[in-house]
Amino acid sequence: MKKILLAATAALLAAGVSFGASAADKLKVGFIYLGPIGDLGWTYQHDLGRLAMLKELGDKVETTYLENVSEGPDSERSIEQLARAGNKLIFTTSFGYMEPTLKVAKKYPNVHFEHATGYKRDKNVSTYSGRFYQGRYIQGIIAGKVSKTGVLGYIGSFPIPEVISGINATMLAAQTINPNIKVKIIWVNTWFDPGKEADAAKALIDQGADVIMQHTDSPAAMQVAAERGKLAFGQDSEMIKFGPKTQLTSIMNNWGPYYTKRVKAELDGTWSSNDEWDGLKEKMLVMAPYLNMPDDVKKLAEDTEAAIVAGTLHPFKCPITAQDGKEVECKGGKNLDDGQILGMNFYVKGIDDKIPGK
Amino acid sequence: MGLLEAIILAVLAASTPLLLAATGELVTERAGVLNLGVEGMMIVGAACGFGGAWLSGSVIVGAICGILAGVAMSLIFALMTLGLAVNQVATGLALTILGVGVSGLIGSRFVGEKITPAPKLYIPGLTDIPFAGRILFGEDAFVYLSLALIVGVSWFLYTTRAGLILRAVGDNHVSAHALGYPVLRIRMFAVMFGGACAGLAGAYLPLAYTPFFIPGMTAGRGWIALALVVFSSWLPGRLVIGAYLFGAVTILQLHAQGAGFGIPSQFMTALPYLATVIVLVLISRARTGGSTAPAALGTVFVPDR
Repeated sequence: MKKILLAATAALLAAGVSFGASAADKLKVGFIYLGPIGDLGWTYQHDLGRLAMLKELGDKVETTYLENVSEGPDSERSIEQLARAGNKLIFTTSFGYMEPTLKVAKKYPNVHFEHATGYKRDKNVSTYSGRFYQGRYIQGIIAGKVSKTGVLGYIGSFPIPEVISGINATMLAAQTINPNIKVKIIWVNTWFDPGKEADAAKALIDQGADVIMQHTDSPAAMQVAAERGKLAFGQDSEMIKFGPKTQLTSIMNNWGPYYTKRVKAELDGTWSSNDEWDGLKEKMLVMAPYLNMPDDVKKLAEDTEAAIVAGTLHPFKCPITAQDGKEVECKGGKNLDDGQILGMNFYVKGIDDKIPGK
Repeated sequence: MGLLEAIILAVLAASTPLLLAATGELVTERAGVLNLGVEGMMIVGAACGFGGAWLSGSVIVGAICGILAGVAMSLIFALMTLGLAVNQVATGLALTILGVGVSGLIGSRFVGEKITPAPKLYIPGLTDIPFAGRILFGEDAFVYLSLALIVGVSWFLYTTRAGLILRAVGDNHVSAHALGYPVLRIRMFAVMFGGACAGLAGAYLPLAYTPFFIPGMTAGRGWIALALVVFSSWLPGRLVIGAYLFGAVTILQLHAQGAGFGIPSQFMTALPYLATVIVLVLISRARTGGSTAPAALGTVFVPDR
């Protein structure tokens, strides 16, 4: 039934798009969002990026966005609708839109596509993403310092490389502080279900975790941690409102500069397919203020951030030992190369769990 | 607080919205009306419930706003399907799509706001009883209200004359009409009751479960409630079993993952659905001659003059 509903919603939304087609001389730019723009997380940040871009280029550009587009076949229809409605540049902002984006891109060779967090490109398909693992590394350092029980609670969405590399980066960092640190991981198999995220946070705390981190989109887990007097990290955006005495920091995605740059390139006719993967240095991710921690931990977090920005510290510095005790091949010289991080499909040593389905 | 106690408390909270929404839908369907718009009524209930509580500072006002919003949505459904005799399935689906949009519109100004959630009950003496006290007397009032409601519904359906008439309308509206019962009016009340319950179920989410509002926060719970009604074969007792079983397996699979049992999480996520279906199918098979769907479910009734 839900499928029917989603299809119907997509059709309805699609109808809305074609009505919106007007103002012929402006460049039309489309966005496909996974959640509602008010999710205060992933989609919210993408929309802030869109608005930041419009602020600079609003007189030459008009945008259309579709929210609540579920990943999979439904998204293909939505992407195609945007292409058909005359959008010349389309940002598809979730990992699960990868294949649909490529499929639509083949049908519309004159339209340019930008797919977030994916790894497959084409002549008219770029990919872009943030080096979220850099922020996760800083969080791991903080977590290792502030955890009293030595157990971290991690709420995962789906076991995809982006999430797994985040867990590994966290643990590699935490192990530098406390070699015996443990992590409990719960996969909720959704990006957005506040109730379920809250239940997962409760379960983790009930099992002894005292620092909660999440790779899902709502502030529910933060709120549970606040209620139970534990500490937590926000995700995607500032969540301090939901835990003024709870949030240690948050990895905030900052897409505005990239969107502005790419739309400008499209306007100038210099757009070409690229693969951009930016981090703290380029400010594609920004750390929220370090709060609710002792001064020495704050200092350590700031130093870690500075070292990552300066390039003197790489979260996946070799040697890295995988869960099975074997050393991971070091393709990047001193550290794992980007391909290994983007396709990460193993846990590092010290994680007492299995990747689901592996 | 022990682990078992913590798990049971989490199960109570997770099951309550399902039970509330399913209770309302059970009554609606027993009167012969299939309202697929539960998700839509819930999400509007969530937005209005949060809005009411945020503006007034009172959870009770919020709950009432949620109920009224659910009723208002159900009246749209009643107008279409009972007044204009439109297809119930199509109207129900449309109601959900409408609800998602309306709740986003109403809720947009509340996104990011916070309220004080519904307080946990505290009855001196009783709540202090070790273990059982927290479970039986220490959750928020919604939890116990949902149980009282389904008991009340069961009593109404099976022991009162009005309940008998409602079931008769659901089984054979032509006969009920011939006997002089106001079929459409009875159905309208049943639909409104369903809307009230769905609205309250939706309001429960931002008022007690996760005290903030975000569009789409019902995340499909209305659909699960609908399915529970079918699997319970329209019997209140089984509905309670189904709702709590679903909640229990949902919470237990999270704990199993945290404990690192190494079972694939994709399977674990499917487990609540599997377990609920299997158990309810087994119960219905064990009882011969068990109740099935109301005979007139989903059919349009146009009274002859």
